[in-house]
Amino acid sequence: MNRFKWYEAKSVEDALEQVNSTVSNEVASRTGNAAVFKAGGTDLLDLMKEGLVEPKTIVHIGNIPGMREITADLDESVRIGANVTLAEIEEHAYIRDRYLALHQAVASAATPQLRNMATIGGNLAQRTRCWYFRSIDHKCLRKGGDTCFARRGENENHAIMNNGTCVSVHASSVSTALMAFDAEVIITDGKGEEKRVPMEEFFVSPGEDATTENILRANEIITGVYLPPVKDSRKSYYIKQGPRKSYDWSIADVAVVMEMQGSKCTEARVVLGAAAPTPLRSRPAERTLTGKQVSASVAVEAATAAMERARPLSQNAYKIPLFEAIIREAIMEIV
Amino acid sequence: MDKRKEIFPHGIPGHNLGEIEREIPNDEPPAWPINDKLKVVGKRIRRNDALAKVTGSAKYTSDIQLPGMLYAKMLRANVPHAKILSIDTSKAERHPGVRAVHVFTSDDEGSKYQDVKYAGQPLAGVAADSLDIAKEAVALIEVEYETMPFVIDTEEAMKEGAPLVYEEPIGEQTDGGDVGVTHDGSEGKGNLRGPTTSSFLGGARGDLDQGFSEADVILDRTYRTQVHTHVPLETHGVVIDWKPDQMTVYASTQSTKGVRDGLASYFDLPKNKVRVICEFMGGGFGAKHSAGTFGPMAAELSRKSGRPVWLMLDRKEEHIAEGNRPNSIHHLKIGAKKDGTLTAIQQKSHGTAGVALGAGVGRIAQGLYTCPNFSTEQYDVLTHAGPGAAWRAPGNVQGAYGLEQAIDEIADMLKTDPLVLREKIDPSEVRKVLRQRGAKSFGWKYRPPGSDTGRIKKGIGVAQSTWPRFVNLDSTVEVKMYSDGTVEVRSGVQDIGTGTKTILAQVVAEELGLKAEDITVRIGDTIFPDAPGSGGSIVTGAITPPARNAAYLVKQKLFNQVAPQLETEPSMLTVSDGMIMHKEDASKKISMRDALRRMRTGQIEASASRSDDYGGFQQPWGLAYGDLGSVQFAEVSVDTETGFVKVERITAAHSCGRPLNISQIESQVNGGVIQGVSYALYESRVMDNKTGHMMNANVDQYRMPYAKEIPDIDIVLVEEYSARSSTDAYGIGEPANIATAAAVANAVYNAIGVRLYEIPMTPASILKALNKVEQ
Ligand SMILES: Cc1cc2nc3c(=O)[nH]c(=O)nc-3n(C[C@H](O)[C@H](O)[C@H](O)COP(=O)(O)OP(=O)(O)OC[C@H]3O[C@@H](n4cnc5c(N)ncnc54)[C@H](O)[C@@H]3O)c2cc1C
Repeated sequence: MNRFKWYEAKSVEDALEQVNSTVSNEVASRTGNAAVFKAGGTDLLDLMKEGLVEPKTIVHIGNIPGMREITADLDESVRIGANVTLAEIEEHAYIRDRYLALHQAVASAATPQLRNMATIGGNLAQRTRCWYFRSIDHKCLRKGGDTCFARRGENENHAIMNNGTCVSVHASSVSTALMAFDAEVIITDGKGEEKRVPMEEFFVSPGEDATTENILRANEIITGVYLPPVKDSRKSYYIKQGPRKSYDWSIADVAVVMEMQGSKCTEARVVLGAAAPTPLRSRPAERTLTGKQVSASVAVEAATAAMERARPLSQNAYKIPLFEAIIREAIMEIV
Repeated sequence: MDKRKEIFPHGIPGHNLGEIEREIPNDEPPAWPINDKLKVVGKRIRRNDALAKVTGSAKYTSDIQLPGMLYAKMLRANVPHAKILSIDTSKAERHPGVRAVHVFTSDDEGSKYQDVKYAGQPLAGVAADSLDIAKEAVALIEVEYETMPFVIDTEEAMKEGAPLVYEEPIGEQTDGGDVGVTHDGSEGKGNLRGPTTSSFLGGARGDLDQGFSEADVILDRTYRTQVHTHVPLETHGVVIDWKPDQMTVYASTQSTKGVRDGLASYFDLPKNKVRVICEFMGGGFGAKHSAGTFGPMAAELSRKSGRPVWLMLDRKEEHIAEGNRPNSIHHLKIGAKKDGTLTAIQQKSHGTAGVALGAGVGRIAQGLYTCPNFSTEQYDVLTHAGPGAAWRAPGNVQGAYGLEQAIDEIADMLKTDPLVLREKIDPSEVRKVLRQRGAKSFGWKYRPPGSDTGRIKKGIGVAQSTWPRFVNLDSTVEVKMYSDGTVEVRSGVQDIGTGTKTILAQVVAEELGLKAEDITVRIGDTIFPDAPGSGGSIVTGAITPPARNAAYLVKQKLFNQVAPQLETEPSMLTVSDGMIMHKEDASKKISMRDALRRMRTGQIEASASRSDDYGGFQQPWGLAYGDLGSVQFAEVSVDTETGFVKVERITAAHSCGRPLNISQIESQVNGGVIQGVSYALYESRVMDNKTGHMMNANVDQYRMPYAKEIPDIDIVLVEEYSARSSTDAYGIGEPANIATAAAVANAVYNAIGVRLYEIPMTPASILKALNKVEQ
C-alpha cells in the first residue's frame, strides 16, 4: 500500500473541497495526485492493498457531524445518513418492522466485524469483487483496458444478464433490497445542492461506461439514502445465497416487495443481485405477480419469467435454477 | 547392546487386549501398563504453551525483533513463462532507506537469470529500513521479459505439442516431507513424468487379466480433485542474522533440521555454523520443511547488509508460491465377486504439482483392502504453476477420495451396505473395531441412495483410510535435572501446533513420577540434539520413546547417587508423586527435590536416540509398517433446489497406538475433519488458463470454512497397544485428514442418488448433477 496523507473532513462542504477524484477514476486512469473519500475503509483499503488505487490524500468523512443518523420524517419516510453502518441499520427496529427485506439484506451482508465498519454510503459506492478487476495483473474493461477476462475465463460468479460487455456483478447485495423499496440515493454537490437519484439511475451499466459503476463524480458525495414510506400492506422478503453460510459474497440474491390485498398482489418489485453488472429489477417477474392471487404456481411463473432473459456464460448456468429457487421461496415467504 | 525380555500390553482394550514378550535394549525402561494405570500419559493435559499463546507472549517468527533489523520483500514474476532479458535494480538501490538488493541468477550457460516458469516465481529481493520502503523499492525494479507460451490446465499440458515446462530431465523438485514421489523425475515425455509403479508396499502384484476375468462386477471410473493450497495462519518466512561466526535463522518451519541442512548446503557452510530456531509455529500442513527461496534470499540480503533481515511472505505469495496439494485425475478399475471379494484393482492417475513433482495418489488403493491383483501407474504432469508440496497425508487424500467412492459404488452394484462390504474386504483388526465403535456412535443405519424425500435430502456415507507408522531413527532427546529441582527436556524437534512440547513433558513426567507442569521443554533449536521434521505423522512415534528413555537413564543416575543415602541398591528404588522411595520399605524415601539438591554436580543429564522398533518390524530404511487406521462417517443435507450442501455431522473413529494426550488428539482430528470438509465443498485454487495467474490468492475468495460450515464432530478414539517402543505412541495429524472428503462425497451420493465425480462439490456442480442446469 502506498503512503498517503490523511485529511479529517469537518463538514460536507469541507470534504467536497478536499476531494478531487473518485476511486473509479483513479483505478482507470491514475492521476498520481488523487484525494478520495474514505468512510469505513473496508473497500478502499482492499483496493489500495492490491495497488489498484494509490491516493495521495485520504479524505476521511467518517466523523462529519450529522451524517450518521437514521431519521423518520412526518410522512413516515426514512432517511439513512451515508455514514450509518450496516450494523446500525441491522439493529434499527423501525427498519426491521417496515422494511424487512432491507433488514435481512443488511444482516446477511459480510460479517459482524465488517458490518461494524461498513457504511451504507461506502456500500453503494464500492467496486465489484470480480477477481479480474481485483487483480493488478489484469487490465480489464473496468480498469480502462480493452478485455473482459472473465467472459472466456473463470466466470462462475459472474453475470447471467446484461453481460454483453463487462460480465462482473455489483458487490452490493444491500442495494438489491434498497432498489426493491424504490429507495433513492441522496447526493450533495460542491455547491451544496442536494439531489435524490432513484437507485436504478444511480448505477451505471458497463455498456454506458465500464470504468465506473455509478454516476458519482469527483465533486459529489453521498449524504444519505431516502426510503419512501411503506404501508402495512407492503410486504417484503430477501434471500441471499453465497457459497458459504457464515459469510460470503452473493452468488444470487433477491428482494421481493409486494403490495398485498389479502392474497392478491397489486404491485410488485422483484430485484436480483449478482445477476448482472448492476442490481437488476426484473420487470417480467413483477408483471407476472401484479394483479394475481399469489400462489405456488404464480411464484413458479414469476421465477421463470425472471430468468427468461438470462444468457449464462461458460461456468454460471447454475445460477438460473438457483435464482428460480430463491425467487419462488421469497415470494412464498410473503404470502 | 545387551538385551532383556519384558512383557508388554498388546492389543485393543475391550476387544483383544493381551500381553506379549519383547526383547528390548537393556538401557530402556520396562513396559508401561495401559493408559488406565498411568498418571500423566493418556490424560487430558493442558498444553504447556497455551498460556503464552492465548496471552500473546508467545513470539512467532514474524514477531522477532533484532537490533538493526531490516525488512525484506521479494519481486515476483508477473508472467507464467519467460526468459529474462534484464533486471535493472538501479532505481531500487537508490531508493532512500534501501540497504541491500539481491537478484537470483542462474548457473546455466547462456543465461544470466533463471527462466520464469510460473507467475509468482521470485526473482529479486530488497532489504530496507521498513517494509513499506522495501515494497516501494521492489516496485522500482525493472524486468524485461521475453514471454513464452505456457500451459496451466493439466489435461492440456498432457497433450503432445503443449508448451514444455522443462526441456531437460529434472530431479525431485519438492519441498521435502513425504510427497509420495518414487520416480526421480528423469523419466517421462513432454510434460509427463513417471510413472510411479511401486511404493514401499511393493509393486504390481498378481495378474490383472485373471483378476478381472474372475470378477462378477467391474467398475471403471475417473475421480477428480482440485488443487488445494495450505493456508497456514502464519505464512512462510524467516528472520536471518548472518554474523561471521554463525548464521542465526528464526524460521516458521516444520523442520529446524531441514532448514539448517538446506541453508548450510546452499551456502556451503558447516552445519554447526547455521543455527535454526523455531519456538512457536503457526501451522504448516506439510509445506514448511525447507528454507524455500525466501531463506536464501534473506540470507543473501543479511550478508550484503551486515544486518538481520526479516522476510515474511504475504497471503498472496503464500498461495501462489509456497505449496499446494496437487490435483488428481484418478482412474480406477476394480473387479469384485458377488460376495464382495475384490479380484483386481487397476489404478492410473495424473496430477499436477505445477513446476514440481509429487502428484501421486498415494498407497491407499494398494494397501487398504485385500486384493490379490493390483497395478498402479501414477504420473506427474508439469504445468506453469506454483510448486506443490507435501500436504497433510500427501497423495492419500486424493487417493482415498477415489478409492473410497469406488468401494461405495461396488457396494451399490452388489446391493449391499457399504459398511458390510468393508467388513468383508478389510483385513485390518483395528479398523474392524473402529467400524464397530464408530458405527454405534454415529448410529449408522444404511439407507438406499436417493431414498430421502422432500426438498432437503439427507444422506449418510462412510470412508476409511490407512496411513503407515513411519519412524525416523534420527531422533535424539536430552533430559537434564538441575540441583534446584528443575527438569528440562531438550531436542531440536519443533512443535508445529500439534502439541509436541506437551507430550514430551508428559512422557518425561510419567517416567520421573512428576507432573507435566514440572517439566520445562526446550525444543525448536538446532543447538539441541537432532530430531526429524514434522511430516509423515512421524514425530510422536519417533521422539517420545527417546524422551522417555533419556528420562529413564537420568533417573538411573540419580538412583545411583541416592541409593547409598537410603542404604539400599539403586534397583530397589522407584518414583511416585515427586518422591524417590524404596520399592518394599516405605520408610526409605526422599523427595526428588532433596535428592537433586544433594547431588555432587549442579546437573545430571542423559540423552537417548530412537532405537529400532521392538519386535523386528523395522524396515531397512527406517520405517515401521503398521496401520494408523481411521473410519469416518458423515451425514449431509443437500438442498436440491439451490444445490447447497451442509455437512451436518462427522463421526471420526481413529487409532494412533497409545494415545498420549486426549485433548490434543481430539484437536488434530477436529482440524483434519474440518480441512476434509473444506476440501470436499469449498477450497479450490482458481487459475486463469489464459494469463496464468491465480485468481483467488486471498482468504476471501479462496473459500475456507467458518463457524457455520463446520459440522458436529464426534470422535471415537481406540487405544491400540503394539509393543513397539517404550511409549508405543504414534501420530494422528495426517490420518485425521484422509477419509473425510470421501465420506462426505459418499453421503452426498446417498442423499441425492447421483454421484459427483469431482470436488469441490459446489451449488454449481450439485445443480448440474441434479440435471437442473441447461448448458
Ligand atoms: C469480506 C467482505 C464481505 C462483504 N460482503 C458484502 C455483502 O455480502 N454484501 C454487501 O452489500 N457488501 C459486502 N461487503 C462490502 C461492504 O459492505 C462495503 O465494503 C462497505 O459497505 C463499504 O463501506 P465503507 O464505509 O467501508 O466504504 P469505504 O471503503 O470507506 O469506501 C468505499 C468507496 O466508497 C466511496 N465512498 C465512501 N463513502 C462515500 C460517500 N459518502 N460518498 C461518496 N463516495 C463514498 C469511497 O471513496 C470508496 O470508493 C463486503 C466487504 C468485505 C470486505
